[in-house]
Amino acid sequence: MSESYKLSHLKELEAESIHIIREVAAEFENPVMLYSIGKDSSVMVRLAEKAFYPGKVPFPLMHIDSKWKFKEMIQFRDEYAKKYGWNLIVESNMEAFKAGVGPFTHGSKVHTDLMKTQALLNALDKYKFDAAFGGARRDEEKSRAKERIYSFRDRFHQWDPKNQRPELWDIYNGRIHKGESIRVFPLSNWTELDIWQYIRLEKIPIVPLYFAKLRPVVNIDGQLIMPDDDRLPEKYRDKIEMKKIRFRTLGCWPLTGAIESEADTIEKIVEEMMTTTKSERTTRVIDFDQEASMEQKKREGYF
Amino acid sequence: MAEKEKLNIKEFLDKDEQKDQLRFLTAGSVDDGKSTLIGRLLFDSKKIYEDQLDALERDSKRMGNAGDHIDYALLLDGLKAEREQGITIDVAYRYFSTNNRKFIIADTPGHEQYTRNMITGGSTANLAVILVDARTGVITQTRRHTYLVSLLGIKHVVLAVNKMDLVGFSEERFQEIVKDYMDFVKPLGIPDVNCIPLSALEGDNVVAKSERTPWYKGVSLLEFLETVPIANDHNFADFRYPVQYVLRPDQNFRGFCGKIASGVVRKGDTVMALPSGKTTRVKSIVTYDGELDYAFPPQCVTLTLEDEIDVSRGEMLVHPDNLPTVDRNMEAMLVWMDEEMMDVNKHFYLKQTTNLTRAHISQIRYRVDINTMEHIENVPALKLNEIANVVLATAKPLFFDPYQENKPCGSFVLIDPITNNTSAVGMIVGRVDSKEMVAEEVPELNLPKLGISEEHYDAIERACKDLERQGIAVNIIK
Repeated sequence: MSESYKLSHLKELEAESIHIIREVAAEFENPVMLYSIGKDSSVMVRLAEKAFYPGKVPFPLMHIDSKWKFKEMIQFRDEYAKKYGWNLIVESNMEAFKAGVGPFTHGSKVHTDLMKTQALLNALDKYKFDAAFGGARRDEEKSRAKERIYSFRDRFHQWDPKNQRPELWDIYNGRIHKGESIRVFPLSNWTELDIWQYIRLEKIPIVPLYFAKLRPVVNIDGQLIMPDDDRLPEKYRDKIEMKKIRFRTLGCWPLTGAIESEADTIEKIVEEMMTTTKSERTTRVIDFDQEASMEQKKREGYF
Repeated sequence: MAEKEKLNIKEFLDKDEQKDQLRFLTAGSVDDGKSTLIGRLLFDSKKIYEDQLDALERDSKRMGNAGDHIDYALLLDGLKAEREQGITIDVAYRYFSTNNRKFIIADTPGHEQYTRNMITGGSTANLAVILVDARTGVITQTRRHTYLVSLLGIKHVVLAVNKMDLVGFSEERFQEIVKDYMDFVKPLGIPDVNCIPLSALEGDNVVAKSERTPWYKGVSLLEFLETVPIANDHNFADFRYPVQYVLRPDQNFRGFCGKIASGVVRKGDTVMALPSGKTTRVKSIVTYDGELDYAFPPQCVTLTLEDEIDVSRGEMLVHPDNLPTVDRNMEAMLVWMDEEMMDVNKHFYLKQTTNLTRAHISQIRYRVDINTMEHIENVPALKLNEIANVVLATAKPLFFDPYQENKPCGSFVLIDPITNNTSAVGMIVGRVDSKEMVAEEVPELNLPKLGISEEHYDAIERACKDLERQGIAVNIIK
């Protein structure tokens, strides 16, 4: 027989994710896809577009804007949503923003709590979403390795690692009471390499900050921070230097360290990744806050 | 990794994108060295980064249990409470890849109270690695793990006889364990069983073949995992297409989204919709990347049909000459997953493929003692981690196949309607004799009796169909 019934690992992962996304659209009343504008989000968004082709995706895309994101991210977000016809919701914790909350003045913990976690929870309550897709992968961090694909959250959006529903085969239990919700992680089984491979194969657009370029940076506590607006504290301003850098993850500019790199194509990024000796999350300031910090944040409702 | 450097990055990526994926389960207790084995597979395939290794060395000194060696178990334990207890208490997924294949490990613990987790981790696995300590050999726990693996229909098993260094790499000891195991495993009908002598701590036969076991003629564990053929583990014979989502972007397009559960569908095939029995032909197999001539599991596609027949979520498209069983009663192996004991009077939600219906357990035929495989009769109810053969009655007919022949169409979960917890999971054995059938009572809606005029029948039927999709069946009389 000339027909082949074999799928590559990427096609198998793609099928798994599309199945999950459709299942949520079929079973929930008011789902939303959380969009961080990062590379994983870009893949997730493309998978949703694939799942409902030739129709439109039946749920909106929501970005929680901490007001400290890189300008290039915001520009990319708006252009992408427009080009592909997404219904884009942008929400921020304006109360905290007006009170002047930011990472330099309040530290990363308070900033993340208020501008990310609290902003997200407020938005979920405001729109009464009963399912929220997130682009987290299990290989990112230890406490995520045990996360379900459907992650149950109580009325307060909290995650209880001791009280997770059994999840077998590809049968997902989406039954919830009013006010409760499910976080859904369709990229659970993807690795960082899978994501890059897929972006390369599918020619998925990503924020240019992932590619190496000469950019201004300042060394703050060992992290290379790119000042993206005039909110860089005075004391660092004369320490800015130009370096060829890129970002492995994207977030708030004062909390996202760049790496010096020559990788300006996906091939070079993967090559760099294969030979690098540091894991992806080392450039995220947020993981170093406290021991088992990501797990703590997840319990509180952050992803 | 040396091989990799010979390829340029583009060649590497082109090769990598063609790799297939093997999902495997590891079972064994903390003492069997399971975490050490996984840690070594990850370490040797360079999935451990320098910063993680630094943290690991630091933690090994502070709270490790591996003496002078790096304690790989610490790398795998994710959650704080577990770390403090020094045990893994849930399923954790790990990822690594070699030049030939990508791997997903479902790492599950071995203690009795966690049957639930092993069942969870094993449900998606192609293969199971069962660890035994060469000093103790096949023990109750090994038998329990193997039974669960056979229950889950996992086709490939590797018995990893670990800690061979502690028995002087004795061939005699290894053969003794192999014989014990083979005697036990034979009646379970697992098609592919292999035994490998190894030392996870010292690395013998894990990645490379060891010189310390010259009598062992097989391959190393990693080489086995890289080469075991898994492409035919899917059922390609019986076409089953549970409709997941109906896509209707405009007047001209009506597509039925779904995942091919089993079998192969081709453009032009005659298909039958269940339960209506109406037939039509496949007009096109639509995907974002273009139309396909045929599709197979586990592909997710959208089918369009030649004729406008009414098919909703929860219904199924099949080939008319190859039908699943359509019934409201079925025999199944049930694993109780809930802390709360089974209440036989309770009506559950049952989810199978994309179908949701009310169901109750009409009979517990016997419970299986997973340590001795004995059947225990006269069991009033099941507790957490208990396994039984039961008869179920559902409110609407299910379209199913025996689990051992067709996993996606033979598996289901029972959901508690009050707590919404997944209380039990099941594997269908088959239909039951008619004398054992019990009807799940379905409420009736007698339209003429209610004085509803005929012009509203369509609307009421539509409303009831939507309720049915949500698991509430109503019998309409008109």
